[in-house]
Amino acid sequence: MIRVQELTKRYARTIAVDQISFEVAKGQIVGFLGPNGAGKTTTMRMLTCFLPPSAGTATVAGFDVLEQPLEVKKRIGYLPETPPIYPEMETSEYLKFVGKLKGLSGAELQKRVDYVTERCAVADVKNKLLGKLSKGYRQRVGLAQAIVHNPDVLILDEPTAGLDPKQINETRDLIKSLAGDHTIILSTHILPEVEQTCEQVIIINKGKLVATDSVRNLQARARGAESVLVEVAGRNGNLESAKVQQRLEQVSGVGRVHCRQQVDSRAVFEVESQKGRLVRGDVARAVVESGWDLNELRPAAMSLEEVFLQLTGTETPAGDKATEKGDKK
Amino acid sequence: MRNAWIICRKELGSYFVSPVAYILLTMFGLIFGFFFWNALGIFVIEGMEMQMRGQSFPMNLNEQIIRPLLSNVSVIGLFFIPMITMRLFAEEKRTGTIELLVTSPVRDLEIIVGKWLAAMILYSCMLLFTALNFAFLFKYGNPDWKPLAVGYLGLLLQAGALLAIGTFISTLTKNQIIAGAVTFGVCLLLWVLGWVSGYETATWARVLAYMSVITHFESFGRGVLDSKDAVFYLTVIFLGLFFTARSMESLRWRS
Repeated sequence: MIRVQELTKRYARTIAVDQISFEVAKGQIVGFLGPNGAGKTTTMRMLTCFLPPSAGTATVAGFDVLEQPLEVKKRIGYLPETPPIYPEMETSEYLKFVGKLKGLSGAELQKRVDYVTERCAVADVKNKLLGKLSKGYRQRVGLAQAIVHNPDVLILDEPTAGLDPKQINETRDLIKSLAGDHTIILSTHILPEVEQTCEQVIIINKGKLVATDSVRNLQARARGAESVLVEVAGRNGNLESAKVQQRLEQVSGVGRVHCRQQVDSRAVFEVESQKGRLVRGDVARAVVESGWDLNELRPAAMSLEEVFLQLTGTETPAGDKATEKGDKK
Repeated sequence: MRNAWIICRKELGSYFVSPVAYILLTMFGLIFGFFFWNALGIFVIEGMEMQMRGQSFPMNLNEQIIRPLLSNVSVIGLFFIPMITMRLFAEEKRTGTIELLVTSPVRDLEIIVGKWLAAMILYSCMLLFTALNFAFLFKYGNPDWKPLAVGYLGLLLQAGALLAIGTFISTLTKNQIIAGAVTFGVCLLLWVLGWVSGYETATWARVLAYMSVITHFESFGRGVLDSKDAVFYLTVIFLGLFFTARSMESLRWRS
């Protein structure tokens, strides 16, 4: 659906996007992940024909963004970082205006406007001035305008920025429910968001593509076989970790056991299975049958955060959210 | 051009939903009303004086009221035009709604023409106020309507030219005040440029005088439709909108 080849955007002195290539298949949700200033917005703007690329090509639904921008624009719904709303318009009036701009008219226009009003849960503010809406509603109206003409491709620039946790969840659910009908690219610097909503991740940093893969593969990438973390506690206040380790190693299918930490009578072990073996049940039974307490047992898949840090080698990207807000004002 | 009309309707909406249009209309109506009242007062006094002296010099509404008033409108217009155009693009750039317009399947030219047309319609509404005043002349006097019609055509052409320049200036900045101030300055300059012809006859002075938007209105004000002047205004409209289009394009390359 979307094909990007060696896309580059140069400004006077800086290169904002440097030879990025990726592809997005129809109906997928793709997370566009990177720290602030990585070039996410610039890339999205090039895909929406807002900015022309300096080099390279991008095609949406088979149309080139430079050669047939009108065809591309017809097939794209775009929600910029700040929802592009006119404060002096009412919600329904605004959605109608956008619908007309995107080429709808007559009964079809009314039908689509009603549908997106319902779908994005903005029916209760239908006749309110957009300028008076809360941030959450504005974001939803922004999403509604992006899908009003039922585009093949949805491009959402930080759709959950500035929302409260409940609204974030609602927006994520809404976006997830839109996948399938639409191909979605959403940008974010919040890692769990990608883990929760997206199937595929494109990670960029300083304008360069760092990784592109499915969420699961990326997590598995740093770690071959399944590995679980086991926290074991001794019943009478003492625990010989060497003994536990020995016992765990005897469980069938277990490859390597490594004691991560021990505090008093509790110890955390990392148990790595042999390729293709599921060992959690056997590990749990072994611990309990040997007379120890099993406090915790969880898969030790790397969080995207770790993957991200490993790949980009930057500081915690979530950490500079606050400073970014200040810069933008 | 369906899209241009959609944009135009939206612009008219924001003029008339906010107080902007009403304030401009009221101020313009007040100012013009005062000019009209003055002109009429002088006309009446002159008429009485002539009667007292027993002269029967022909009094002419067209020459003595309509013509000077139309020139007044063309100058008052200079002050109002920046207020009409300053928000057209500057506001969209500041709030980011320009991204919506530019990423919609609409040509740049359609956006520009739509906005310019909305400004023209608002200006025409202002001219309607003057027509209300002139209507009284037709009720109590017998002026010739043809020169008046030509005068209005001239006013519209002149406004079209200045509005096109204002639209262009509005694309250059995110700040409405800057757009308004620069447009105002340019409008004033284009008015006073004609003054150099009063003391200088060299070629450069004639070129400057030619560029003055007001000198080209004189023939319209007299009720003469001079194609040379009409072409001047049409050229400025075309150039203004053309530069707006180029500016919008460069906006993307720079932004």
